[in-house]
Amino acid sequence: MEQEKFYYDNKIVKQFAYATIFWGLIGMTVGLLVALQFVFPALSFNWAPTTFGRVRPVHTNAVIFAFVGNGIFTGVYYSLQRLCKARMFNDTMSKIHFWGWQGIIVAAALTLFAGFTTGKEYAELEWPIDIAIALVWVIFGWNMFGTILKRRERHLYVAIWFYIATFVTVAVLHIVNSFELPVSLFKSYSLYAGVQDALVQWWYGHNAVAFFLTTPYLGLMYYFVPKAAERPVYSYRLSIIHFWALIFLYIWAGPHHLLYTALPDWAQSLGVVFSVMLIAPSWGGMINGLLTLRGAWDKVRESVVLKFMVVAVTAYGMATFEGPMLSLKNVNAIAHFTDWIVAHVHIGALGWNGFMTFGMLYWLYPRLFGKELYSKKLANFHFWIATLGILFYAIPMYWAGFTQSLMWKQFTPEGFLKYPNFLETVTQLIPLYALRSLGGLLYLIGFIVMIYNLIKTAKSGHDVVDEEAFAAPLAKEYQPHSKDHWHRVIERKPIQMLVLSLVVILIGGAIEMIPTFMIESNIPTIASVKPYTPLELQGRDIYIREGCYTCHSQMIRPFRSETERYGEYSKAGEFIYDHPFQWGSKRTGPDLAREGGKYPDSWHFNHMEEPTSMSPGSIMPNYPWLIEDELDIASTPAKIRAMQTLGVPYPAGFDAIAVDNLNQQANKIAEGLKKDGIEVKGDREIIAMIAYLQRMGTDIKGNKTVQN
Amino acid sequence: MKFKNYLETIAGIEIFPMISLLVFVVFFVALIFFVVKADKNYINHMQQIPFDKEQ
Repeated sequence: MEQEKFYYDNKIVKQFAYATIFWGLIGMTVGLLVALQFVFPALSFNWAPTTFGRVRPVHTNAVIFAFVGNGIFTGVYYSLQRLCKARMFNDTMSKIHFWGWQGIIVAAALTLFAGFTTGKEYAELEWPIDIAIALVWVIFGWNMFGTILKRRERHLYVAIWFYIATFVTVAVLHIVNSFELPVSLFKSYSLYAGVQDALVQWWYGHNAVAFFLTTPYLGLMYYFVPKAAERPVYSYRLSIIHFWALIFLYIWAGPHHLLYTALPDWAQSLGVVFSVMLIAPSWGGMINGLLTLRGAWDKVRESVVLKFMVVAVTAYGMATFEGPMLSLKNVNAIAHFTDWIVAHVHIGALGWNGFMTFGMLYWLYPRLFGKELYSKKLANFHFWIATLGILFYAIPMYWAGFTQSLMWKQFTPEGFLKYPNFLETVTQLIPLYALRSLGGLLYLIGFIVMIYNLIKTAKSGHDVVDEEAFAAPLAKEYQPHSKDHWHRVIERKPIQMLVLSLVVILIGGAIEMIPTFMIESNIPTIASVKPYTPLELQGRDIYIREGCYTCHSQMIRPFRSETERYGEYSKAGEFIYDHPFQWGSKRTGPDLAREGGKYPDSWHFNHMEEPTSMSPGSIMPNYPWLIEDELDIASTPAKIRAMQTLGVPYPAGFDAIAVDNLNQQANKIAEGLKKDGIEVKGDREIIAMIAYLQRMGTDIKGNKTVQN
Repeated sequence: MKFKNYLETIAGIEIFPMISLLVFVVFFVALIFFVVKADKNYINHMQQIPFDKEQ
């Protein structure tokens, strides 16, 4: 067959690489800021956009969707063209994808700083941005499939399957989790409430880890590790098993984020079983990656690319061993809501995603610029300082996690909580938080050294925008072998591959969620649970805006140590009007599910203005603007109507009298505060916040709680 | 717009996780079976795709 001449598009690869580096720098710097805020609360600067509750989502979104996202696209655009022996399908689509994605990131950062958030972790972006993400994602998929369809290599290499599964699953996850009812341009309510919202959110959240942070990077591993080691993957058979078992199992595991919560028990068990089984394909993949270096370990000593990749794959192995362990109920009872989880995700983010990206960039740059890497020495320095950074990050966080959890659960011989004051369990951890910041700083320094090294490499090299390549086109008529292997057949057919992947992930998603949606008895209603008053609803929206859920849970688990500390454990029926749910995933501060009535209004007023005035040593930011800013009362009727649309049983016509109702309740709170010597107008945001805080958990309430 | 609960209750919900487990085990066993049976030439070809030299 005659060879065709064509050109690989290297420009788009470079652009994504630049974006990866740029957003990595931003995301990690912001990460360092949030880490330091634990040690120096003054770094919140008494300014809303720089408080932890708003900056933390900026950090997570920047690292996941901007740094790792662009890293995925860099690797996919480079490897897909080579694996398909074809240029990208359409250069304009590549461009739209690139600029569209960067535009989304900028919009995301601005809106999150401004406090526009849905309040659902890792899906905080408001609905206009959600739509933009869906559109850009479709363009990415279209471009990818166009390329696959005009390929010159008949079979799809395993990396491409991972890309396909990533594309289809992320699309499904994003759409299902983003069903929300817009109230205004930047405010919407989740269509789901309470337990249902939680289940969808963690089905999404867990699989965002699976299909955004894991499967695309496994695809990159299957391409770049063999390339860097100059030998084929250890076992291609194992990679087939790895792929199918992984995507089949991952999708079921979401409920392990909700163990001991108000989620129905059978769904929790489902999550546990599938999470435990997940270790098999994950370790299969890790072993496959590491054994690719069989007989070539001497290369690891020489090649910084392989060093990064070996540690990345090892970190993947560690995180995927730890994940199933954490999903065991007895381990989860200790680890959940603590810094253990923070350590766990950073092994994944810093080790697996970070190091794989660095390895890939160090491998790509010399090829994209036709020049050897500027300095091997600096690259090695980056490797060692970043490795040290991970250790300094993870070890203190594990330590902090164990410490805090044990302190929460410690009883005296008399049967009382040994540390009834929650704050004690926080101040104990400050030195560990300081060490963690040091770890982050080391990692960031390494990153900056890499940027210098790569810029030097690029400057001394020359730009290879379009790389020449030759390959024979595919024969029109394919003569299949008489007894074709079934998988061989699918591998020739990308569309069937897509459909099969979709079916595989939908089976898990459907069995996991349908019962909770369809069956009434799964969420028993509680007669005394009533919808929020208009003022409380407004307060709740402020709670969401300020990102309170990043530090406070609203989920008391049925443990003696928790019911003693917080009160009656949380029931599924208590959350049926919570659009969105606010159970949280981390307790830097105490649980708030039964906060209502625990302290007087004046306490909350003073505490929000300056937490240390009520709780000396507290690391919570000050919220002075809540006292200065006027509440947006005009939005109340629209919010009530939105809630009615979602099925919250406000009486008909309630929206018309909602503002009056709001003012009455607000004035009452303001008068009460006046009696305690606090002069504040009834139309301030703080009043709504107090109303919400005082409502929390009061529909059903046990009496025995300690002050914290 | 509201998500309704269409059924009052469901008998034997505990069977759901068991069904899931069974579905996976069947899937997994079938997968192993076919992978083990896979043709060696094909596997070798697939392994070499990332490298330009062969063909």
